[in-house]
Amino acid sequence: MTNSIAEVEDAECIFVIGSNTTSSHPLVATRIFRAKEKGAKLIVADPREVHIAKLADLHVQHNLGTDVALLNGIMHVILERNWHDRSFIEERTEGFDDFKRVIDRYPPDKVAEITGVSPEDILRIAEYYASAGTASILYCMGITQHTTGVDNVKSLANLAMLTGNVGKESTGVNPLRGQNNVQGACDMGGLPNVYPGYQPVNMLDSQKKFESAWNATLSDRVGLTIPDMLSGLMDGSLKALYVIGENPLMSDPDSHHVEKALKGAELLVVQDIFMTPTAELAHVVLPGASFAEKDGTFTNTERRVLRVRKAIEPVGESRTDWEIIQDISNRLGYAMDYDGPEEIMKEIAAVTPSYGGISYDRLEGPGLQWPCPDPEHPGTKFLHKDGFARGKGLFHAIEYQEPAEVVDEEYPLWMTTGRVHVHYHTGTMTRNSPSLHAEMPEGYLEMNHRDAARLGICQGDLVSVTSRRGTINVKTQITERVREGVVFMPFHFVESSANVLTNPAYDPVVKIPEYKVCAVRVEKAA
Amino acid sequence: MDYRTVPTTCTYCGCGCNFFLEVLDGRIIGTIPSKSGPANQGKLCIKGWHVHQFVQSPERLTRPLLRKNGNLSEVSWDEALDYTASRLKEITSAHGSDSAGFFASAKLTNEENYLIQKFARAAVGTNNVDHCARL
Ligand code: SF4
Repeated sequence: MTNSIAEVEDAECIFVIGSNTTSSHPLVATRIFRAKEKGAKLIVADPREVHIAKLADLHVQHNLGTDVALLNGIMHVILERNWHDRSFIEERTEGFDDFKRVIDRYPPDKVAEITGVSPEDILRIAEYYASAGTASILYCMGITQHTTGVDNVKSLANLAMLTGNVGKESTGVNPLRGQNNVQGACDMGGLPNVYPGYQPVNMLDSQKKFESAWNATLSDRVGLTIPDMLSGLMDGSLKALYVIGENPLMSDPDSHHVEKALKGAELLVVQDIFMTPTAELAHVVLPGASFAEKDGTFTNTERRVLRVRKAIEPVGESRTDWEIIQDISNRLGYAMDYDGPEEIMKEIAAVTPSYGGISYDRLEGPGLQWPCPDPEHPGTKFLHKDGFARGKGLFHAIEYQEPAEVVDEEYPLWMTTGRVHVHYHTGTMTRNSPSLHAEMPEGYLEMNHRDAARLGICQGDLVSVTSRRGTINVKTQITERVREGVVFMPFHFVESSANVLTNPAYDPVVKIPEYKVCAVRVEKAA
Repeated sequence: MDYRTVPTTCTYCGCGCNFFLEVLDGRIIGTIPSKSGPANQGKLCIKGWHVHQFVQSPERLTRPLLRKNGNLSEVSWDEALDYTASRLKEITSAHGSDSAGFFASAKLTNEENYLIQKFARAAVGTNNVDHCARL
């Protein structure tokens, strides 16, 4: 997030797009409730009537994958009505003219045709957002999990810059990171192109810096992303895969393809706390420890580094993950001799500028928000206060593009996927929690009553759902939450795993799969 | 009787709620939300309230497993680690460092993620390291 969770409650306008906040980020949703009580306007744009939409001053259900068009339409109105922040644009941004030329091509009637949102509603969103003294955008995977994921995010940044809602309290463009430590895994260099602190692997300076810090010769070739590693296993260029705490067989799109790829590995090592479907395919399974059995830190969605503390010993013979990695490294001949996570954090602080001032001593209280470059620095509540990292904020001129897969005669329904409040990701943890499992023991398909009537399907009927990649069986829930022509499935359930169906089409830049849109056919199961 | 409360951070979503794990004689028996947690201010969602349950599930993996004659069977840590290290070494010396890939994890701590990428880059010599940031 550019801003902090607590700031949300003081925003005058909150624009939630592609986030089922009450299910996926309940304690951010709490701040939205408080903001509403203080009189904030709440706009929700989501193809489903997610719970937070019921509280909204305005909820629009745009067609799947039409976010860029919707946002361009909103910005068209803002420009047309002169609601933009001229001085902010002049002083703090560049690229405005090219951007404006594209926006001119998105008048509300045209946008209404693409998105299914009426010109009146587009006008109201523009008015609420642009007229607020402070407006905050919250988004989640409904924005990013598209072939146009990067375009979607850039469009949100355009909207915030256009109205000067950046670099101040209670504003900003705020991604709600789905997994507890996805922010930290990125910060720590768990990415193919960067070392810790986003220092590029193919820049000589950073390569030299890490070569001397780690006393090793390092490669300057950018590595493979997950989808590329999976294709590498298919074509034989990748032979060994070491998976820690992930379950790609269920979490990645097109499970049948993933299974084939994983089976092609000469060596598949899976380090996890449960026997996941991915671990079933492994040559070696190493039992790691859960968060309650180790010391360390997580970095939450507002960049806050927080302590994790060991409460009990690792169960059975399981071991903490850092010890396992250290032991394997020593066996490979690269010596590691850490006596614990605190010592690792010291090394992190030494090589990662944004974590430079972070140490366990300083994390005893409420944690610290990076950037925190030195031991005296208090941490950073919101970013871009005195300007953008690159100097000026850049407007991007972005045209709308259709999703990679669209409905046709054979696959006439749009399908989208997401989470539910009691479960998490592939269900490995929550389905092993009796209280959570009891709340929702099985998966389901949400379908509009009109589609159901047409197909002769009743509430609770078992149906088969087929996409170009596979078929699964699941029970139906007939509902108004989705519009006619759209179905929704959570992806937590292995027996009816939504990712058998999803489309492995990726955003060309960051390789996010298009989980949020594919075309399916639904039939009553035999 | 040994009763302790251990302050920590939730492992589920990115809100980063703080709570105390209640530990009685080496077993976690409950969670207590932390009032001073900056994100949650004394509240938790249903996942947080029950976060301790999966930790002590009987389904947890407790011993290393190695595939022998097609089946995964329990082995000692030494055997599992020796096998992993020697196969990694064989494969990368025959086909180059970039023939190995690593999935880091949004579930692990910062310290562990740091170590995995350091291991991939410095010990194995490849930048093939990624995690499901996108999922
Ligand atoms: S308690 Fe709920 S809202 Fe808080 S971090 Fe855990 S899953 Fe997220």
